[in-house]
Amino acid sequence: MISIKNISKSFEDIQAVKDVSIQIEEGELFGLLGPDGAGKSTLLRMVNSLMIPDEGTIRLWDLDPVKDYKKVRYIIGYMPGKFSLYTDLTIEENLEFFATVFGTTVEENYYLIKDIYQQIEPFKNRRAGKLSGGMKQKLALSCALIHKPKLLVLDEPTTGVDAVSRAEFWEMLQSLKEKGITIIVSTPYMDEAQLCDRVALMQGGEIHACDKPAHIVQQFQYPIRGVKTSNIYKALLDLRTYKSTHNVYPFGEFLHWVSKEQLFNDEEVIIFLKDRGHLNVQVRDIDPDIEDCFIELTQFNEKINA
Amino acid sequence: MHNQSHEINSTEPIIKVDKLVKRFGNFEANKSLCFHVDKGEIFGFLGANGAGKTTAMRILSGLSKPTSGEVWVAGFNVNTHPESIKKNIGYMSQKFSLFEDLTIWENMRFFSAVYSMSKKQFKERGQELLQELGIWEERNRMVHDLSLGWKQKLAFTVAIMHKPAIVFLDEPTSGVDPITRRQFWEMIYEASAEGITVFVTTHYMDEAEYCNRVSIMVDGRIDALDTPENLKKQFNALNMNEVFIKLARPAVNSSQ
Repeated sequence: MISIKNISKSFEDIQAVKDVSIQIEEGELFGLLGPDGAGKSTLLRMVNSLMIPDEGTIRLWDLDPVKDYKKVRYIIGYMPGKFSLYTDLTIEENLEFFATVFGTTVEENYYLIKDIYQQIEPFKNRRAGKLSGGMKQKLALSCALIHKPKLLVLDEPTTGVDAVSRAEFWEMLQSLKEKGITIIVSTPYMDEAQLCDRVALMQGGEIHACDKPAHIVQQFQYPIRGVKTSNIYKALLDLRTYKSTHNVYPFGEFLHWVSKEQLFNDEEVIIFLKDRGHLNVQVRDIDPDIEDCFIELTQFNEKINA
Repeated sequence: MHNQSHEINSTEPIIKVDKLVKRFGNFEANKSLCFHVDKGEIFGFLGANGAGKTTAMRILSGLSKPTSGEVWVAGFNVNTHPESIKKNIGYMSQKFSLFEDLTIWENMRFFSAVYSMSKKQFKERGQELLQELGIWEERNRMVHDLSLGWKQKLAFTVAIMHKPAIVFLDEPTSGVDPITRRQFWEMIYEASAEGITVFVTTHYMDEAEYCNRVSIMVDGRIDALDTPENLKKQFNALNMNEVFIKLARPAVNSSQ
């Protein structure tokens, strides 16, 4: 089990992580969701012993990443956001290198990486620097797993990756979870929340919610509708001036309109828009998703400075 | 500038691509692309990593020449008038090219000069744009002090300052939070309402639905092109993410 208690970390005058507390259960697939600059990487680096917290304590089972960093590094597999393997070594050489460093062999734990490694094995003599993004990702994951870690820490493995490769990467994580590995993964893509057992929503160094995705969504307290007209931009501007509007923003094909009143009539919204010249007005029932919750929880946080 | 594109007929497409081929040695990055983009349209240009999007975008913006085929942008042929194209477009890449150690206002002044705007034009347009953004009072801040979201908004503002006929956006919203991402799309809507054509790539499939029309590139070809609504119907999909995966999945797998 992983326990993070009251962790804070500052760099000069910027507080990157502010009093964060999270518990992660053994065998969980845990998602850390937030945009660039939220503090996700800093938090992960404190978990994996690469950075020392200013305040607070972390325990990985019975180990303290500050005091027991050598032991911690044996039980952790870490895939940083930036590709960090040896670009002038081949696929096979990289994998053997990491196995040797951890005092094991590729054969010993091959069963763990087999499904992933087989996809890049035909190119095992190719240098890592010459691989496509998707192949680099698979190699990095193989290298992070070769010493059979108890905990896998993945920092934005799917950023900048196309939708197909993202879907496949999450399938790989699911099968690793089934093999009993605890996984912490950070991502800026809100739609990946549903693939995690539990998620923490992070922005500005703080955790704004931490729960099962379905529970976070259930706590969304306002009625919400999907709205579409033939001029969606004008509808957005018009709805901002509507008396019952709590919030309104683009969301795929429809606008998401959030009502500050619990009881209201869809017909009134339709009339409001028709009175302003909108054609083909549609108002439909929708369920809020994680992104709606993120917007609700973080909307008063905007600052111009970094 | 606007006055240089006066020859464009309003019913004529702003981008016309006919049998565009681009080869690098034996590798065909663009395989006979044919499509057009209408004036004022928000056009989504999607595709898996390595499908050939960047190659095509570089040609459309006059930075590279086709191996064969005809391409017209803002009324100019890329083979014969790439410099005229560059003057009539704006471009924002994911690694936006703002000067970190200049202020907001200095960056804008620099790019206004690149696009040969007069001092008067620059002052008026610059003030108007920063007031709309609500950061006029902040204009003397250094760019490196800005958050990622504000840098993106500023980079977009700089790209449309000279009122180009078309603005090209290459993954403009990577990494920013959901609220900033939406504020950014509002700026896109606004530019489009002013008549600027928007040509945009993204990995966020919900953003594909904000576009008037979307093309999906697979292995150097355009395999689908229509409104998001029609594409969802055609592929019997709930959202654009499903459409994209149905089209691109076989190709991504075969290339590895």
